[in-house]
Amino acid sequence: MNRARITTLALPILVVLGSVVVLLILAGTNPWDPIRIIVEGSIGWPPFEGGSARKVGDTFMVWVPIALASAGLIVTFNAGMWNIGIEGQIIMGAIAAALVAREVSAPRPLLILLAILAGAAGGMLWGLLVGVLRTAGGVNEIFGGLGLDFVALSITTYLIIGPWARSGVASTSGTNPFPDNALLPSLGGSKLSPLAVAIAVLALLGVWTLFRGTLYGLKLKAVGRNRSSAFLMGIPTNRYLLGAFAICGALAGIAGTSQALGLHFKLIPAISGNFGFLAILVVLLARFQPIWVAPISFFFAMVAVGGPGLSLRLGLHGSLGGVLQGVLVLSAMLGLGWAAYLTRRRAMTESGVSSG
Amino acid sequence: MSGFFTAFLEMFDTATISSIVAGASALMFATMGETISEKAGVINLSVDGSMMLAALAGFVIAFETDVVWLGFPAAAAVGMAVALLIAFSNIKLGLNQIAVGFVLFALSTELSRFLGNSYVGRPPVGVPAWDIPGLSSIPFFGPVLFDHNLVVYLSYLTVIATYLLMYRTRKGLEMQGIGERPEAAHARGIPVNKLRYFYTALGGALIGIGGAAFSLDVKLGWSDRPTRNLGWIVLAIVIFGGWHPLRAAIGVLLFGALQAFAINLIPEFPSLSQVLPSIPFPAMILALVVVNWKALLKWLDRYPFLRAILRSDPPTAIGTAFEVD
Repeated sequence: MNRARITTLALPILVVLGSVVVLLILAGTNPWDPIRIIVEGSIGWPPFEGGSARKVGDTFMVWVPIALASAGLIVTFNAGMWNIGIEGQIIMGAIAAALVAREVSAPRPLLILLAILAGAAGGMLWGLLVGVLRTAGGVNEIFGGLGLDFVALSITTYLIIGPWARSGVASTSGTNPFPDNALLPSLGGSKLSPLAVAIAVLALLGVWTLFRGTLYGLKLKAVGRNRSSAFLMGIPTNRYLLGAFAICGALAGIAGTSQALGLHFKLIPAISGNFGFLAILVVLLARFQPIWVAPISFFFAMVAVGGPGLSLRLGLHGSLGGVLQGVLVLSAMLGLGWAAYLTRRRAMTESGVSSG
Repeated sequence: MSGFFTAFLEMFDTATISSIVAGASALMFATMGETISEKAGVINLSVDGSMMLAALAGFVIAFETDVVWLGFPAAAAVGMAVALLIAFSNIKLGLNQIAVGFVLFALSTELSRFLGNSYVGRPPVGVPAWDIPGLSSIPFFGPVLFDHNLVVYLSYLTVIATYLLMYRTRKGLEMQGIGERPEAAHARGIPVNKLRYFYTALGGALIGIGGAAFSLDVKLGWSDRPTRNLGWIVLAIVIFGGWHPLRAAIGVLLFGALQAFAINLIPEFPSLSQVLPSIPFPAMILALVVVNWKALLKWLDRYPFLRAILRSDPPTAIGTAFEVD
């Protein structure tokens, strides 16, 4: 490992640790405590020992939607699209899955299969809408997506206080719990659903394969790198963009299904858990590599599950976890950018010397 | 249906219009800031977060010192710092503006929650009312425009100043040049990247002032994520306004009117009371669909007058880094 490589890796980590420590000292606590509380609250301390099954289950069920959304975002990012509409796609997936869970009666395996397919379809529809606005309407995908995020949120609130209101009092705390028959099967004593975890792993493997070994993935990348050249090469760019949004939307929709039927067991206003936006951070930190998405999402899931414990135990606001994630991603980006800048500058001075 | 009509009529009430103008100040500053930054070629996507963090800084400084006006420079400094980070990472490091902006949005939102937690529910500090003597007694225009406070009047001045700077000065021509054709500007001897730093910082400072205007004037005090989603609206309005300060200002007022209208509708449709206040957000952003609709724009091209009013083309070099070879 050469020196530049070490600086590249070490600098962001040092900056992160440094800034977090400073932040914690400013907030008046010992920097080690929050880290232990986050680990303890998410996977137990010592990790994965007996008695922490419930926490570990929760952490995995938070990992599933983040990993699924990240897998989808890798596809849209490679196509050169900023799919900020991912939040809305997760929400619509959750709504579609909730509709099946509430209205359809079928044997459990069939019902769950239907709910997952419905969730994927709901997310895909919302993703395609962003894509159509972009390709046919010329609306920048960031704003089309944001608009549809707001629409999806409004629909959720409307359903929860309107047609799907809890029996007795309508409140924004959520709908009635779904029938047990529709919930994702989980391991005893926790919410951990092997099915959901398997789907998330398959999605990451699928996206990895897509960009490693398929012509479709290669063409999608070409569209993302340089749309006009791709078009001149005979790639139907609009169709590929829509394809990317459809894939991402479907994966986000399954993430929403997992949120509704695997974690909350009812529809709540904040059903997306902000995991779509979190997944954007994950993908940026993973530099669009599916292999890195898995561990980084797991770390983010640990922070999300263990973070709320901070306020109970230390009186620190639970948002400290979010701050940590943000600082981590920002310093990694700046660190890598800085290293690349140094390399560029060195190359420039060297070529200057040789030619002069 | 009659309820809808009554709510619509109430919109033309002097008091309603006056409150729309007063409530628009925060968005007005931030929108002008973002317009300047984007015009010079740098998208500050962090607005939703940096405006929030600035709102917190403004409130905290005003609360701790008990001098409300000190909150504004503090907020401007926060907005400027975030904006400079975006400019630096793009200009110097060649990173994507959208990526850095999004990360900074997330980070500053969470920071505002973390650092602001102990200020939730503290007694508010507000800008004192000041009706301009003489002007405020003009019928209709007096109460609508001149019966507010200094922050609101400064928001008008900022709009006018932004317009004059952009379209009536040499500096403004340079600003447009570095956003449209940086190579050409560079060839004419204009320091492209230096000016981009300057205008991004200026824009960030205005976004920060927008945050302080919110926590010290529009909705006093601090709560969890008080300016939530307003930053995204700012970004939408800049596009809606076609990167023109006066059109953007109209966009801000339209958004305020939409919000007031949604609130007016609540008594008529009580069952939708939770949903109505959030309707202006999708409505505003979906309005972009209309102004960007390709078929409509093609049709408009046949009518030069309408085209000038409605067409909006982004600065050509927006979002790209400029490197001197």
